[in-house]
Amino acid sequence: MGAGHGHRLHYHGHSVLHRAPAHLKLVTLVTFMLVVVSTPRGWFPVFAGYLLLLLGLVALSRVPFGYIGKRMLVETPFLLFAVLVPFIAAGPRVVVLGLSVSEPGLLAAWGLVAKGSLGVLASLTMAATTDPQDVLTGLRRLRMPDLIVQIMGFMLRYLDVVSAEMGRMMTAMRSRGCDPRSPRHWPVLARSLGALFIRSYERGERVHLAMLARGYDGTLPASSPRVASGARVGQGAHR
Amino acid sequence: MHVPDGFLDAPTSIATGAVAAGGLALALRGARRELDDRTAPMAGLVATFVFAGQMMNFPVGAGTSGHLLGGAMAAVLAGPWTAMLCISTVLLVQALFMADGGITALGTNITLMGLVGVGVGWLVFRAVRAVLPDRLGSVAPAAAVGALLSVPVAAAVFSLLFAVGGTAPVSSEKVFVAMVSWHAVIGVGEALITFLVVASVVGVRPDLVYGARSALRARALEIRGPAPAAIPAAETP
Repeated sequence: MGAGHGHRLHYHGHSVLHRAPAHLKLVTLVTFMLVVVSTPRGWFPVFAGYLLLLLGLVALSRVPFGYIGKRMLVETPFLLFAVLVPFIAAGPRVVVLGLSVSEPGLLAAWGLVAKGSLGVLASLTMAATTDPQDVLTGLRRLRMPDLIVQIMGFMLRYLDVVSAEMGRMMTAMRSRGCDPRSPRHWPVLARSLGALFIRSYERGERVHLAMLARGYDGTLPASSPRVASGARVGQGAHR
Repeated sequence: MHVPDGFLDAPTSIATGAVAAGGLALALRGARRELDDRTAPMAGLVATFVFAGQMMNFPVGAGTSGHLLGGAMAAVLAGPWTAMLCISTVLLVQALFMADGGITALGTNITLMGLVGVGVGWLVFRAVRAVLPDRLGSVAPAAAVGALLSVPVAAAVFSLLFAVGGTAPVSSEKVFVAMVSWHAVIGVGEALITFLVVASVVGVRPDLVYGARSALRARALEIRGPAPAAIPAAETP
């Protein structure tokens, strides 16, 4: 039950990118992506520049390319959609590899794939090099409402606990001979989800009581971020 | 599927970001009314549940499977404002830590799934509850109708956004028809799962279901007379 302290969401390291303050990384990420999204899709060399910049940052962070590559699979459904665009788009047709496709559609599909992939790569680089707790500290610094940061904190803390609970339910189900393979098993799966909701809700109530017992008054005590500012880095150097 | 970066142009993304921020501010106030100082841990755990629930695969056949979106379900189980907060936090975590949904499209995703999905689901649920008798048995069917409609309505709003700020030269009618018809199918699955999950929770712990509170209050308090004197109290341990 004490799970949830592993490095599942980020790749532990000590590069310059890892040590950079989280709020700066967040602002840079959003600004960079707004620039990428506003770039006209015909400017091919500029996109190559963006890609090189990101790849350079990944290399600098010493996060293995394979690690990021595996997590980039999250955009697969979107890529499948982008492939369809040239076929359904309007405009003059051209023949590519024996298939008749729309020319503006082809350009649009390129734009979707390029911007979408750059977004995934940039976000993953940020996620891989920043400890989730530091991201929360960064969000707080950027004036994100405290309650949302707290909710995110609870979510990150209990993500592994609740998913492991669901995993045990599925194991229990399979060990009793139910292997969900067809829609006929939906009622069983749904009842598991219902049970998971009740367990999560009750866990929330217990957590709340435990917090009250420790003097919770609506705000969480600020945990000292490991790397928050240049001043702290300087302090560390004197030790 | 979440909207990625570059799908809608920058002005539209920024505008939906402003809408999302306004909606979240409302949801924060509403959730405090629903949960008072329990908001952070309760909404946190419900958000975690929604996230984990989205990972459970419901087999559709032929090797494919779908999963729950959970907007209407969360609204019925935890209350509409809490649900908006939870779904938005799930989207925030997915965008920031898993790159699922673009960082510049975060406002769009929160508006579509967090605000429209949950809001429509809850309003339809309330409308159906008003028609059906105020009994526990009508909670799950009403939740199912809410889920059935919330998914295609969110898809319709997306098509609208696409017509305003879409970056692909596909005619907006084509996008509208494709999105709404495809999401109507998804809505049917969503309705079925929502019905089954809500019915199972109502069956076991109706007191936890926010949408069932009026039905619980309508129950008459039953006061039974004192136990017959034939059984002395000392005999029962």
